[in-house]
Amino acid sequence: MSVQTIRSVFSVETGYRLSDDQIVNHFPNHYELTRKDLMVKNIKRYRKELEKEGSPLAEKDENGKYLYLDFVPVTYMLPADYNLFVEEFRKSPSSTWIMKPCGKAQGKGIFLINKLSQIKKWSRDSKTSSFVSQSTKEAYVISLYINNPLLIGGRKFDLRLYVLVSTYRPLRCYMYKLGFCRFCTVKYTPSTSELDNMFVHLTNVAIQKHGEDYNHIHGGKWTVNNLRLYLESTRGKEVTSKLFDEIHWIIVQSLKAVAPVMNNDKHCFECYGYDIIIDDRLKPWLIEVNASPSLTSSTANDRILKYNLINDTLNIAVPNGEIPDCKWNKSPPKEVLGNYEILYDEELAQGDGADRELRSRPGQSLGPRGGRSRDSGRTVLTTWK
Amino acid sequence: MALTVLRSTGQGSWEKRILKSLNSMCTELSIPLARKRPVGEQKELLNKWNEMGTDEPDLSLFRPVYAPKDFLEVLINLRNPNYENGDSLSFRTHLGLIQVPLKVKDIPELKEFFVELGLTTGQLGIDDSTQVPPELFENEHVRIGQKVLAEQDSAAAQQYVRQGSPTALRAELWALILNISSQPEDILYYEQLKTNVIQHDLLVDSLIYKDVKLTASNDDYYFVFEDYLYQVLLCFSRDTSVLGHFAYSSASPPKSYIRGKLGLEEYAVFYPPNGVIPFHGFSMYVAPLCFLYHEPSKLYQIFREMYVRFFFRLHSISSHPSGIVSLCLLFETLLQTYLPQLFYHLREIGAQPLRISFKWMVRAFSGYLATDQLLLLWDRILGYNTLEILAGKILAAAVFAFRAVNLMEVTSLAAAEAVLADLSTLKVMPLLQIFLFATVT
Repeated sequence: MSVQTIRSVFSVETGYRLSDDQIVNHFPNHYELTRKDLMVKNIKRYRKELEKEGSPLAEKDENGKYLYLDFVPVTYMLPADYNLFVEEFRKSPSSTWIMKPCGKAQGKGIFLINKLSQIKKWSRDSKTSSFVSQSTKEAYVISLYINNPLLIGGRKFDLRLYVLVSTYRPLRCYMYKLGFCRFCTVKYTPSTSELDNMFVHLTNVAIQKHGEDYNHIHGGKWTVNNLRLYLESTRGKEVTSKLFDEIHWIIVQSLKAVAPVMNNDKHCFECYGYDIIIDDRLKPWLIEVNASPSLTSSTANDRILKYNLINDTLNIAVPNGEIPDCKWNKSPPKEVLGNYEILYDEELAQGDGADRELRSRPGQSLGPRGGRSRDSGRTVLTTWK
Repeated sequence: MALTVLRSTGQGSWEKRILKSLNSMCTELSIPLARKRPVGEQKELLNKWNEMGTDEPDLSLFRPVYAPKDFLEVLINLRNPNYENGDSLSFRTHLGLIQVPLKVKDIPELKEFFVELGLTTGQLGIDDSTQVPPELFENEHVRIGQKVLAEQDSAAAQQYVRQGSPTALRAELWALILNISSQPEDILYYEQLKTNVIQHDLLVDSLIYKDVKLTASNDDYYFVFEDYLYQVLLCFSRDTSVLGHFAYSSASPPKSYIRGKLGLEEYAVFYPPNGVIPFHGFSMYVAPLCFLYHEPSKLYQIFREMYVRFFFRLHSISSHPSGIVSLCLLFETLLQTYLPQLFYHLREIGAQPLRISFKWMVRAFSGYLATDQLLLLWDRILGYNTLEILAGKILAAAVFAFRAVNLMEVTSLAAAEAVLADLSTLKVMPLLQIFLFATVT
């Protein structure tokens, strides 16, 4: 079911009620996670809440940056936060920022700026702005551009990871083992003369496939396993494992951030496409979460991957290929996971933590024993600084 | 005896053929074998040094000088004129394509030689899989590896990698075994080669471009490293130090004569300067190394050393046990001896096994196995200092054994090729172990 259809299914006006044997592939208000502006809002809110509670997760360093929750680049909504943005911009005027429309996908409407004049029309004081442009369709987010991405073979890439959520409360999510990297066809350069060249900066296949050098055999894609092999071989095992652990961490944190506001309708499950960029200090950044990750394929390998993805997703969401019953406990047996691995299971985490099938870092568990295991987690996390 | 015969007939005529092919390409396309670049072009190339892949010269008229299958035809037609004395009875019953009676190891001898690959010894590629707890083997193995590196013991490193190298230690271990240490003079040497590339254009360069574009650029694993391949291979062809390996190779470097001075030795130069004419797939020798080294001069040194120790044997004719002829013979013998039914069946349907496995062996399996498996295989080449395992003539035989059931059912060469087309899911070490140590002899 597409997001448009979901909107109408769950809209108050239609009054459509899903029956017990109907399961749908989106949560009613998934946009809390999948719209760029709402995702950032929720994460900011979540961080503030943790800070208020005095949770060790919200600890900050001497510069006021969150130690464990700083995984989204500095972002502002436009035009709402325009003045805040300007203040930040002036602090480092040589930095580059990326403008993204809130509601679009596939790299549409994205551009880079390094001068305030380039975004004049979002200024609240500007004569051209009006309240019309504050409708959700025209809203933009502006984020600090990561101009030091990790390069391989001189090229920029990002990670596309698939995460299945079967329930938000308690949170139960699965990570697909076969994610991939999307490479740009052109060599990366932070040079200001190439800010307009989308082939250098945007990794979306929808954009890259129009480039001259696009190759239809491999599609500019690498498996995550290749990435792992390369990083382990050239950087070492510890830093590579830490990187992947951090990636899992930020995915779980982003889900926890929206869990309280998600409509945890028991008829729903959802498979998200997470976009992550790794910078040259091997720090991962969450760029965005997609509710309808592309299920079309650009290469033969891709087709196999997407086919298996859909197959495995449905096996978890709807057990045994039987008529679904939304009242089931949403705990599929291990055998049906296919290429998915349990990323986080809140129920298990709150129960006996000893034999969980989570990533080995105890720091990822946040249950009643949150305090104690956090300490061992923290020691691991802080060793990078 | 066999060595001289092969050297003078087989390799000699093969070399003549390659050179002829190169020269005719040169005349047909009216391109000189070498020319000095005008200053403007030099500047441009220097600017583009890190992204030569985006440069798209018109390569449509270039063809690879030869491909592995051409080479195979030559090997098949090798004969040893001394053979009539027929001292090896068993050879008379040899039904494979190779008709030269070289001595190759049999399974008992192989078992002894490759004893560390036995079933009772821990291996990376088997004992580090997720079902096996790391305490059993992996952790200890890693600890030993770190110790070997700390002590910078090259011989110990070579012994160590026979059981496979942990991914994080591999780059350093290989460098230790190959005695590569990136001194300032090495970096300077590489820079000098780079300058040569900038200043002169060689016909061979176009062959290299074409090869990379045809092979590595289309490979799921290696396309990312395309630009590194140019940086290594273009320098490689100008590296005269590579000529040194011809002293122990049965091959000799092709010579070219300055225009108008044909036959006059004082006007002869080696062409290309390193004496190695690349063939279709040559760039795949370098590609896997890009997963280990991202600094061009180090990558270069490692590749060069691997080439002069191992890879050159895969495309020249000699009687050396690691030479391609011996490897082919070893493969055919193993297959015929231990899987006779399969062997006969494939022969019957016109699918001589060597025709299928030859290309794997010539490329040292690069581009056919998944990279992590390939690296495990190359660990063993370095560890045992021989290609017998890789060129896996043994591995090739093991692959056939593994897919035997399917192969018994095919009825054409094309179908056999299809069964063996995709090796990307194979796990190298279990295959080798089963074939060497678990086959009933």
